[in-house]
Amino acid sequence: MGASGDLERGGGDLSRPRAERSGGPGRTWSRAARWAVPMGPALFLLLAFFAGPILWTVWASLTDAALTGARAARTDFVGVANFERLLTDVRFRDATILTALFLIGSVFGQTVLGLVLALLTRARHGAVRAAVGAIVVGAWVVPEVVAGFVWYAFLEREGTLNAVLGFLGAGEQNWLFTAPLLAVILANVWKGTAFSMMTYSAGLSEVPDDLEEAARVDGASPFQVLWHVVLPLLRRTLATTLLLITLQTVQVFTLIFVMTSGGPGARSTTLPLLMYQEALRMGDLGYGTAIALALLVVAGLFSIVYVRMLGKEERR
Amino acid sequence: MNRTRRTRRGARMVVSAPSRVAGGLLAHLLLGLLAVLFLTPTLWMVFAAVDSEPSLRAGPPTSLTLDHFTAIMTEEIVYRPLWNSLLTCGGAALITMVCSVLAAYPLSRYNLRFRRPFLYTVLFATGLPITAIMVPVYGMFVQVGLLDSLIATTLFLAASTLPFGIWLTKNFIDGIPIALEEAAWVDGASAWQSLRHLVAPLLAPGLAVVGIFTLVTTWGNFFVPFILLSSPEKMPAAVRVFTFFGQYGSVRYGELAAYSLLYTLPVVALYMAVSRAMGGRFALGGAMKG
Repeated sequence: MGASGDLERGGGDLSRPRAERSGGPGRTWSRAARWAVPMGPALFLLLAFFAGPILWTVWASLTDAALTGARAARTDFVGVANFERLLTDVRFRDATILTALFLIGSVFGQTVLGLVLALLTRARHGAVRAAVGAIVVGAWVVPEVVAGFVWYAFLEREGTLNAVLGFLGAGEQNWLFTAPLLAVILANVWKGTAFSMMTYSAGLSEVPDDLEEAARVDGASPFQVLWHVVLPLLRRTLATTLLLITLQTVQVFTLIFVMTSGGPGARSTTLPLLMYQEALRMGDLGYGTAIALALLVVAGLFSIVYVRMLGKEERR
Repeated sequence: MNRTRRTRRGARMVVSAPSRVAGGLLAHLLLGLLAVLFLTPTLWMVFAAVDSEPSLRAGPPTSLTLDHFTAIMTEEIVYRPLWNSLLTCGGAALITMVCSVLAAYPLSRYNLRFRRPFLYTVLFATGLPITAIMVPVYGMFVQVGLLDSLIATTLFLAASTLPFGIWLTKNFIDGIPIALEEAAWVDGASAWQSLRHLVAPLLAPGLAVVGIFTLVTTWGNFFVPFILLSSPEKMPAAVRVFTFFGQYGSVRYGELAAYSLLYTLPVVALYMAVSRAMGGRFALGGAMKG
């Protein structure tokens, strides 16, 4: 997470004095040491734990690397066999569809709810803002496992939702069984809305009042002001937030694992859960890694859609 | 022209005043409803933890009790997992803080040729779904024999929060005027001395934010220790509370709720402390305007 500020602030202007003092060729080493030594630990960690595994991902997805058995001792290069298997695997197809639905539901819910909350709290009294903010952000700060428990208790047959619905005269059902995907989407929206609320609040605070005022004077309804004045000005914030939410949502594992563990059957098995089952339960690392790559592809496709969608109108 | 606009505006305000009041009321009602909806799921955890006859249903406790808390306060269930969490997450926070400062200082102060691509890479890495690289990381840990090692898990957690840490710290250092350091350099101070004596004190609040951010995110991380650790005595609270749920979750609701509460409260408290200290400016997402 964390696309903040501009990349070059305080950095790129050439007018600022160079901190390095220029030296002769003999000092090249000591000059390199000036950044290499302090950056060493960070570089080591990033290379060992990020770059290494990512390169290994690409390689492993082309092999039959396995945890146990004969294939664990000797890993063979199998080319694109893992990807061919992916394309013919029904469970992979279902998981991809479920992931897309989970993404669409979560991103839509978080965006609309976040925007509504940001707009509603915008002109409110400080105390109201703080109270609503604390409650919504509270859901965000709660660890994912606990969020899973809380929603499990809420949606279970014996849970709170059925108690409320029973009070209103509706029949009981185990929502985790009858609507597993909807259940995990709801939980994820509950947990993630705070983030979009905060980014939209920050974005809204930069929308100048006089533009809205001018539109209102010209007789625009509040909804027209929102649609034609405020939202277009939020486009950049919207694009960034959608992107970050998507990257967050596509990798949700714990919440689903705790609430439904992918079930019943495979009706809430999204790609991260399938990846876990294949790679760690079945021990097929090569195939699991191929699924991980597919996960990144799904995230990438959605990102392209947003950039296209929100970038096109800007060019007009 | 000017006068007509003024009168039109005045007239509009008179006309719209009642509807504006109604709108404000509606907004407050809607906000109240949303707040209740957001709060409802968590009520169960709070009530069941102190209810002498807990169920999955959130409701006012029949009678208050602390039995659930005392029941789980054993070394195996609470103390050791919390200690493991503290070791791994605290360690990760410390490592992230130190590495971030050391890496961010040259990035902020020196004209390095690779700074731009490096910063873009860091920015890209902050958005990388960690879940997607866990299988390869697992495979790597198996091959180098690091599986089930608390130190390796700590290092991985640190690495996973490092990109965001570097990014935040670099922005914090950019905010500190360079003039003081330049004066020090003229007087012959080394970069290390100016970092330690001039930058570090001014950076302390920002660095605390980086540390607490790391602590909060890693404390809640379930997947990483779940994959990388295997022996029960090394499990942090995130995993232990889940196995507790698997063992007794469908029977001992009160204890599960008490454990969840115990595990959740430290991060909520830390988060609140930071956001208060930063005067509301700090909201983890507040710096993310596009």
